[in-house]
Parts: sequence; structure tokens; C-alpha cells
Amino acid sequence: MTRISVKVDGTTYEDEVEPRLLLVHHLRDRLGLTGTPVGCDTSNCGACTVDLDGVSVKSCSVLAVQADGCAVTTVQGLSTDGEWTGLQKAFHERHALQCGYCTPGMLMAARDLLKENPRPTADEVRHALEGNLCRCTGYQNIVRAVLAAASDEEVRT
Amino acid sequence: MTEGAVEAEVGRARLRKEDARLLTGQTNWTDNIQAAGMLHLAILRSPMAHARLERVDVSPARELPGVVAAFTGSDLAEGMGSLPCAWPVTEDMVHPDHPPLAVDEVRHAGDPVAVVVARDRYAAADALEAVEVEYEPLPAVLDLEAALAEDAPLVHADKGTNRCYDWPLRAGEDYAAVRERAEVVLKRRYHQQRLIANAMEPRAVVVTPLAASGEYTVYSATQIPHILRVMLAMVTGIPEHKLRVVAPDVGGGFGSKLQVYGEEAIALAVARRLGRPVKWTESRSEGYLATHHGRGMIQDVEIAADRDGRLRGLKVDLLADMGAYLMLVTPGVPILGAFMYPAIYKMDSYEFRCTGVFTTRTPTDAYRGAGRPEATYAIERIMDELAAELGMDPVELRRRNWIRHEEFPYDSIAGLTYDSGNYEAATDKALALFGYDELREEQRKRDERGDTVRLGIGVSTYTEMCGLAPSRVLRDLRYAAGGWEAASIRMLPTGKVEVVTGTSPHGQGHVTSWSQIAADVLGVPFEDVEVVHGDTRAAPQGMDTYGSRSLVVGGAAVHHAARKVVDKARKVAAHLLEASERDLEFTGGVFSVKGSPEARKTIQEVAFEAFTSHDLPDGMEPTINAGHVLDPENFSYPHGTHLCAVEVDTETGMTRIRSYVCVDDVGRVVNPMIVEGQVHGGLAQGIAQALYEEAVYDDDGNLLSGTMADYLVPSAVDLPDFVTDRTETPAESNPLGVKGVGEAGTIASTPAVVGAVVDALRPLGVTDVPMPCTPERVWRAIHGEEDPA
Amino acid sequence: MIPPAFDYVRPHTVEEAVRALADGGEDAKVLAGGQSLLPLMRLRMAFPQLLVDTGRIPGLRGSRMEGDTLVVGAMTTHHGVLHDALVRRHAGLLAAATATVADPAVRHRGTLGGSLAHADPAADLPAVILALEGELVAVGPRGRRTIPAREFFTDYLETALAPDELLVEVRLPSTDGWGFHYEKFQRVAQAYAIVGVAALVRRDNGSIAEARVGLTNMGSTPLRAPAAEEALAGAGDAAAVKRAAGEAAEGTRPSRDTSASPEYRAHLARVLTGRAVLAAAGMG
Repeated sequence: MTRISVKVDGTTYEDEVEPRLLLVHHLRDRLGLTGTPVGCDTSNCGACTVDLDGVSVKSCSVLAVQADGCAVTTVQGLSTDGEWTGLQKAFHERHALQCGYCTPGMLMAARDLLKENPRPTADEVRHALEGNLCRCTGYQNIVRAVLAAASDEEVRT
Repeated sequence: MTEGAVEAEVGRARLRKEDARLLTGQTNWTDNIQAAGMLHLAILRSPMAHARLERVDVSPARELPGVVAAFTGSDLAEGMGSLPCAWPVTEDMVHPDHPPLAVDEVRHAGDPVAVVVARDRYAAADALEAVEVEYEPLPAVLDLEAALAEDAPLVHADKGTNRCYDWPLRAGEDYAAVRERAEVVLKRRYHQQRLIANAMEPRAVVVTPLAASGEYTVYSATQIPHILRVMLAMVTGIPEHKLRVVAPDVGGGFGSKLQVYGEEAIALAVARRLGRPVKWTESRSEGYLATHHGRGMIQDVEIAADRDGRLRGLKVDLLADMGAYLMLVTPGVPILGAFMYPAIYKMDSYEFRCTGVFTTRTPTDAYRGAGRPEATYAIERIMDELAAELGMDPVELRRRNWIRHEEFPYDSIAGLTYDSGNYEAATDKALALFGYDELREEQRKRDERGDTVRLGIGVSTYTEMCGLAPSRVLRDLRYAAGGWEAASIRMLPTGKVEVVTGTSPHGQGHVTSWSQIAADVLGVPFEDVEVVHGDTRAAPQGMDTYGSRSLVVGGAAVHHAARKVVDKARKVAAHLLEASERDLEFTGGVFSVKGSPEARKTIQEVAFEAFTSHDLPDGMEPTINAGHVLDPENFSYPHGTHLCAVEVDTETGMTRIRSYVCVDDVGRVVNPMIVEGQVHGGLAQGIAQALYEEAVYDDDGNLLSGTMADYLVPSAVDLPDFVTDRTETPAESNPLGVKGVGEAGTIASTPAVVGAVVDALRPLGVTDVPMPCTPERVWRAIHGEEDPA
Repeated sequence: MIPPAFDYVRPHTVEEAVRALADGGEDAKVLAGGQSLLPLMRLRMAFPQLLVDTGRIPGLRGSRMEGDTLVVGAMTTHHGVLHDALVRRHAGLLAAATATVADPAVRHRGTLGGSLAHADPAADLPAVILALEGELVAVGPRGRRTIPAREFFTDYLETALAPDELLVEVRLPSTDGWGFHYEKFQRVAQAYAIVGVAALVRRDNGSIAEARVGLTNMGSTPLRAPAAEEALAGAGDAAAVKRAAGEAAEGTRPSRDTSASPEYRAHLARVLTGRAVLAAAGMG
């Protein structure tokens, strides 16, 4: 067992974990933060995407021990005082989700894109989301939502 | 909202009520559920396609730390029946046993062999490696035609054959005679590759037992909590009233969660045995073996026509891959398609036969469209071939044969009554949006220039049968259940409304759409309606969600129930206003007396009066709640025209979709935003079948496309922007005029895309490219070579 | 799925890491970004007993110039490589190919050294390093040694690294001024390349003076295409380039999988080499 300290959505958690514990299982099974789901076992689907020290990662392909001392932001830490982020609003308004299982990962991947490229083209949005699979939407409304969030100063806050 | 001046809810692009939780991670997926003392299951699966189990020893696993129990198939055999098949399509169908955990033989890679139970999922995964199994290999059965030979090795030796059933349909004039007279006869063979649904949420099940009273709650990532409850009661012998089934948040299904799975029965059996809550969650690659596959057919199609393009007859011979066992509706999937091969066309004769074949592969069952995409693919592809043979534009050929709008209602040759449709309107709109003539002109110019990147245009004019289903028709098809749907409405004392539905959404937005339907009839604000679903205790009656049925049957049931509420409320209002019911008007949720508008009661006021019941009309039962169970009188028949332009790089074989236009007629639209989303998603899956996806097996029956890295689910980069539009010809068979939209995009798009690929290459002598149209297959087709696989 | 259990150490220096690897023996593995290793472990296709996490060792990230040689730290992430100004200038081919690796989240974790040490012939960067004629610097209990890229990739998922050696940096002679292009052919954006072609071109008076071609997924290791390279020298127009590209599959032994046959891969290598070289030479 290895002792780790990980800050998740603003709260620091110290735990003894097996080295093989995946970050996503640490979040889900140990911390009860089940907003981040698991969709595959090959890091293809991206449903488990979180922010690790400022960049998007697939939390199924990171060990919890590798996140020791780091800060994690999950979909559950996006809104502040119940106020949604511009991306969350845009996903709602553009019908960018159906079953919602890929949504946490999509939001985190899109957020990462907009941090690095605040005014992406549709093509850049599609490439930025290539590691996040959705089976419901055909992606068109997700792309629209990300572009809307990027272009709407008011929504972006 | 001003009383009396209400905007109709039906038809509005209401934003979804479902989104708030999903956008903030406050979800309730089955795998999220925790219970005190919960144990985790892991299942050991056969690595071989077919083998006798010589020895299964779970005792070494039991010795590992954290492992609570481990069971073989024999250990759990008692109290566990065969998994159900609800659709014995013929009287003499061969129906083998299907134990949830194999006892003496495994029949496909992934067939469950043992189950281990441990404190957490990590310990359970480790324990699998300790189970000792000796397999005595048996021959794999993979080729559908070879499997029917006299001396073929058998999947189920005790049955003496791999032939599951023969199901024939003959309609109209004698086909042989029609064929004899026809001026042109074309025959083609198409392969429907196996597909894996890939709902983003892997399957999961949690069972919490109350041992003292013998009660069990089953949480499952399922589309069918109600059917599952009945079936689990039958499989396990647990009395149905002691079983509660909950479908919590469910992350997509596409047919793959329309099933009664072995893991559900195993989890229930283990929870019963140990008296402790258990959880099983599949991993994605495990699901590729364990969750049923879709499609898997060989289609021999023959079409007979006159030189002027008029269709005379159609003959279809199917070989349908059942896989190793019959699951819930495995045999019926191709039969659903049987009625759709004639599609929107008029003809004199139709002959159909389907042979179900057992193989040593994962069982097949419903996948988005279930039989109808296969049928549409075959007819639309052979229509293209006929057009080419006749030197006719493929759209013109369709025009000459389709049912004209003034001919509805129309009895199709396959025996269905199409209630409404307007194929001309949808096609004309699609052609204009697509710029059909301009693209044909560009195609001609590029062909003349000898471009190595060729342009191809594909068209698909489809219809489908949705709104499953009139119960009497299901009886005639030998399906073991009805096709009704239930809804009830509770008018709460404070004026809020609960709609209880028997449908079980997993992404379709029923909560939003059902709220719109109820709000319209009741005249209450959209925000004041809540929709309860997916729990057999809270929503006890239902037939669940599949086959584009939810809105057509379940949504219409909500409408009927709401009207009953209004009828009851009218009686109470008339009594309170001392007026006759005939003199009451009801608009915007307000009853008023004609001619004296100050005499009024809102439906919320009436609900409160009915709650106190202090002053009800004589003989009236308290409350104005009402329910309705709707058995539809007919199917519904959405239709539309899809057009696809592709560019095919003839040097590499790579296909890129350049534009995609569809005009669908799904009848009246409750929520256009949701409808558009359904179309987008359907298109993505249909295009994926055309270009990307295939469950590939090797000669030994191993699944080669066994992980998400090998089975190519398209990403945002791989799909185009779609242009979607609609025409609106209301359905006649339900009061909402709706037809269903869940499967339309998937059904229509596959032939449009493949048709476009073939169209691009036709001047090079290509008449078909097998699906998926991989770059290599396209390249080989150009060079006149067979597919090496 | 769940990875098998292992022991874990997180050394703070290269020396500690090497000692840990030496102590762990054959069953020890370096954990760099983990983007190839962890999925394999989750599928239980790899069972290391010890993971040596090199993620926190200082000095293994970023780049510097040593004379005309660009030195990139082995633990530099793909994302870091992509955004590195020195890489973009002196090894533009590497930046271009790195942009096609996996997806943004994987590029945040995956490392250049990890990808090279994993030595998957279907991965994009090994062929690129071959074309760049790079050198790989490893540190082990016996000290530091430099391995030319052409000797590094020994077989499918096999390299010249000893189990107790740690890859610390990649040295790339500057190709500033060369034309470059990475042509990746894949069925969907996430899939491995069916074939990839890394082309580097030095032009002289409108003709190709020197061309280097690296091939992804055309054998059990990444490969160069020497016959095509030789034929390309002196090519002055598109027709000549395409003719020369016809030699690209010489000596390759591509595999068969669910996406392509060996014959088709060979065909693609020829077509894509033509395209890559034309793009690199600005002759498209």
C-alpha cells in the first residue's frame, strides 16, 4: 500500500492505496465521486476524462499513485455555487447529450481545448474530441455546443 | 404563462429536464450504486469457441484473500432455469437450453464458465486467474452455409441440426410465374456483418436481497425492467411479487440492453445464495463477447422487373446467424425485417424465406433497427443495381415504383397497412437540399477529367414499421407477450403532476417529451410535470423501450390518460360550478362556463377539491387520477429520403463522406430538438455499419475485433455534419399523429452510403463493395478482386 | 478491467531508477506516461512485478541544443514535444507526427521516450526517429551509452535496451531547412496507422538532393525504405517522385490484421511515400 494525497474538486484526500488502483477507481470506489464513469478498458472512449494538474487525462490510464500530490478536477467540480460553466450551459442548450454517459468526458476534453485554443474552428473541435466517443449524438450537436461556448463571451465566464 | 393563452407544448424544442444531473455528474448509473456489505462478481469466460468442460475447479479461487465464494455452473444449476427466448417464430423451432453459467459445454468465446465473489472488484478480477478449467476442444461452427450441411459439426449435438427454423412468407402472385414473365431479373448476395452496439455505459447489475422476507431488488442497466422482472421470476423461481427491478440511469442501449442476460440471473442467484448485495459490471472487452451482437445475415435477393423499370416481383432468401443460443428475441429479428423488404414499392409478387442457423459465436439479437435496416439495405442496394442495369437514374426508378401519396392507406404486398406517407414530398425536398442535379453534373465532369478521387451519390428511400406493436399481430407472429403500453397520471393535491410511464428511457428524453404531452392536455405548466419511470415498484406496468415504440405507444398512452384526467376533472368542475358538463369550456387548464367567464375553476383547484373529496358529485370516486393502457391498432410507418455524396480515393480506397442530406417524415413532432438528435445518432450508427464497424472472427471462432481499439467506433473526426430536415404527414393510428424516430437514421443511412461508394466506382466496373467498405475492400473492388477475408 | 498487482517505486534520480530496475530484474518495468503499458496491464496482457515510475525525476523533460544536435528529454510528453519551439524548428517531422499520436488526453501523459521504448511498429514515432537518424541515450548500471536509432528497434516490441537501462534522452541532428511530412493512413482517427510514412527531404535547385523515408507498420520493427530513398535522389518532378516511391515496399514484411493485408499495406506504402515526399518537397 502507498500513501497518497490527492486534491479533488478542491478537497484534499489522503488515502492508503494499492499501487495498481486506477485513478478512476480511486475517485469512484474510494472517494464516492461517481460523476466520472468508466466506458472502456483500452483508453479509447474518454468517458473517464478528468483534469489532472491543468491538463486533460484519461483517469482509467493513470494510477492513483501517479496523481499523488496533484489536483484533480472532475465534472462534479465544474460548477460553482450551482452556477454552470459556459460549456455546461451550451451542452444543455444545443442538445449535446442524450444518454449522458460520455458527457463528463466530453465536457472535460472540450474544456481542455478551450483553455488552449479559445476560438477553435469546427474542425479543431472535432480533432480535440477524437479521443472521446459518443454513441448517441453523432457528435454534431457536441461540436455546435463547444463552438457556441467558445463564441459566447457571456456564457464563458 | 397567461391562463387561456397557452402556447402548445407539443412541437416546441423544449430543453431537456434530464440534462441537469447528467451535466453535473449527479448520476445514478448502476455501477455507482453502493450497498453495505456489497460483494463484487467477476465471471470467467471461455477462451474457446466450442469445447467440452472436462473440469472446472473453483476451489483455488476460494482460498484467495478477499474471496467470499466461487461457483461453477453445476453449483448454481439448482433454482436456475434456461435463459428465455420469447419469440419461438415457428411451431417446430429448435430451441436449445441456455444455462446462464455453462455446465458441461461452452459454445462461444465468452460463454460464462465460473463466477467468483469477492470484497472488491480488484480481488474478484484476481480470483478469476485461480480458477482451473480443462477444455476438450470441439469444432467451431462459423460458416452459415456449411453449418447446414448434412455432416456439419453441431453447436448443440442433442438437437441433431444447426438449423433453428425455416420461416416462409409468400404474397401476391406466384413468384416463379412472375419471374418467368419479367423482362429483367437480377440476383445479388449481400452480407450483413455482425455489429456490436457499444452503448457507452457497459452493462452492470446490482442485486440487494432482503433475505428475511425473500425479497430482491435488481438494479440493471437495462432497457426492459418490466419484461426483465417477469422473466427473472420465471428463470429463478423467485415469486414475481418479491422481485423489484429498477433501471437507474441507463447509458444507451440500441437494443443491446433489450435482453434478459445470464449475468442478471447469476447475480440474483448469488445474492440469494449468500444473502448479501452483489454487483457485476462488465468491462468493455468482456462486453464484446458477452453482450449480444446485431445483424449477421447473408441475404440472397432477386428482383424481377420490366424494362420500363416497373417492379414485378421480389424474392429474398436469408441465412440468419443466431449465434450459439436463442436469447430474448433472437429468432424474431429477421422476421421483423421480412415485412420491410418490399419497402415503399408496389409489386405483384413477394417471396421470403429465412433460415435461422446456430453458430459458435456470441448470440445475436436486436440492434438499432432490428431486421429493418437489413431489409432496407438489401432492397435499396438492389434497386440501385436495377437502375444501373436499366440505364435509369436511381431516383427515377424509385419514383416509378413507389406508392403515391394519394394511394394511402395502402396495403403493402407483405400484408401491412401503411396509414400515411408522402414519398414524393420528402424526396423532392431532399433532392433540392442536396443539390442532386449539380452533384450529378460535377460527377460527370470529374469522370471525364479522370480524377483519381471519384464522386459518388447514393440514395435511400426507406420506410420502417415502428410503434411495436398491436398485440394481436404479435400473437400471429408467435411473440410471447403483448405490445401495449401503460401510463397513469397523478394529479397531486398542490396542483403538480406525476406522469407514470411504462417506457424506460436511456437517452431518448422521455421525461421532457412526456411532460410536453401531459402539459398540453392538462393545461398545466411544463415545469409542473414530473415523469416517473424505470422502477417496477413506482411504475408497475409497462412494456419498456425498444423498436421506436415509446412515443407512438407510450407517449400516446400518456395523452389518453391525461384526457381521462380532464374528463374526470370536468365532472368535478361542473359539480362545483353548478353547471352542466356540456356548458363547460376547458382551455389553458381552466374550466369555465360558456357565457359567464367569471365562473371558473383551474384544473389545479379541481385536483385539490378531488383530494379533499368534500364535495364530489354523487357516486364519484375520490381523486381525478387516471391511467390508460394502450394497445396500438396498427404499426406506424416513418419514411424519408436520404442522400449521400462520397469521395473515393481510388489510389488508396479511402472513402470520405462529402455531404449527407436527409428528409425524414416521422409524423407530428413533439420536440424537434430531440428528434433531430435522434436522427443524428441514428445516422452515425448507420454510417458506421457502412464504413467502419465489424465484429471479425478468425477461423477458430475467436473474436479478433475484441477491444475498442480494434472495433472501430467512429469519432467526431470520422463523421460529417448532417443536413437534416422533415416533412410532416401525421400518422393516422394514434391521437398524437406521431410515428417514432429512434431507428430511422440507422435504417436509411447504410444503403445511402454504400450506394454512394458503389456509384463512385461503377464506371470502373464495380457493382458491390462488401460492408464495411474498408479502404482495402474498395481498393480490391476497383481491381476486380475478391475480398481476401 | 483491472491491472494485476505489482510493487511500485518512484525514484527521484536516474541513478535510483536504474538501481530499482536492476534490483527488479526481468520483471521490472519503467512506468513513463503509462499510456501504452497501463491499457496492456488492464487487459492482463502484461504482468510486471515492479513498476519504476520515472515521472518525477527532474531533468528528463524538455529540450536543448548541443551544437547542431537537438536533445529531447525522454520523459517529455507528446504535448510537450508538440509545443516545443526547438523541436518545431530542428525536428519539424517529429512535431508533425506527434500531432497525429492518439488524442489530446493521451498526449498529455504519453512520453516520447515511452513510445520509443515500447517499440510498437504500428506507433508513429519510431519510424520518425529512424528517418531523423536519431540516437537514443540510455543509462544503466554499466553507465551511459548512445544507441543509434537504426540499432535500437530490434523486433516487435523489442529494443536494444537492457532491462536495467533507462532511456533518458533522444538526440536528433537538426533538420532545420529540410522539408518534412508525416502521412498517416488510418481507418478512423483513433486507430493505429495501417501504414504511416515519415518523409524528410533536402532540396537543391528544385530537385531532391536527399530523401529519407521512415515506414510505420510495415514490419515487425519500424523501417527505412532505402531503395526508394536512393531512387528519390535527383528526382525533379512529381512523376519522378512517384516512380521512385514505387520502390518503397522493397524489403518490407508487413503483417495482416483486421484492417489490412500485407499486399495492401505494400501498395499503400508506395502510394503514401509518393504523397509524403511530394508534400515534404513542396512539389504537391
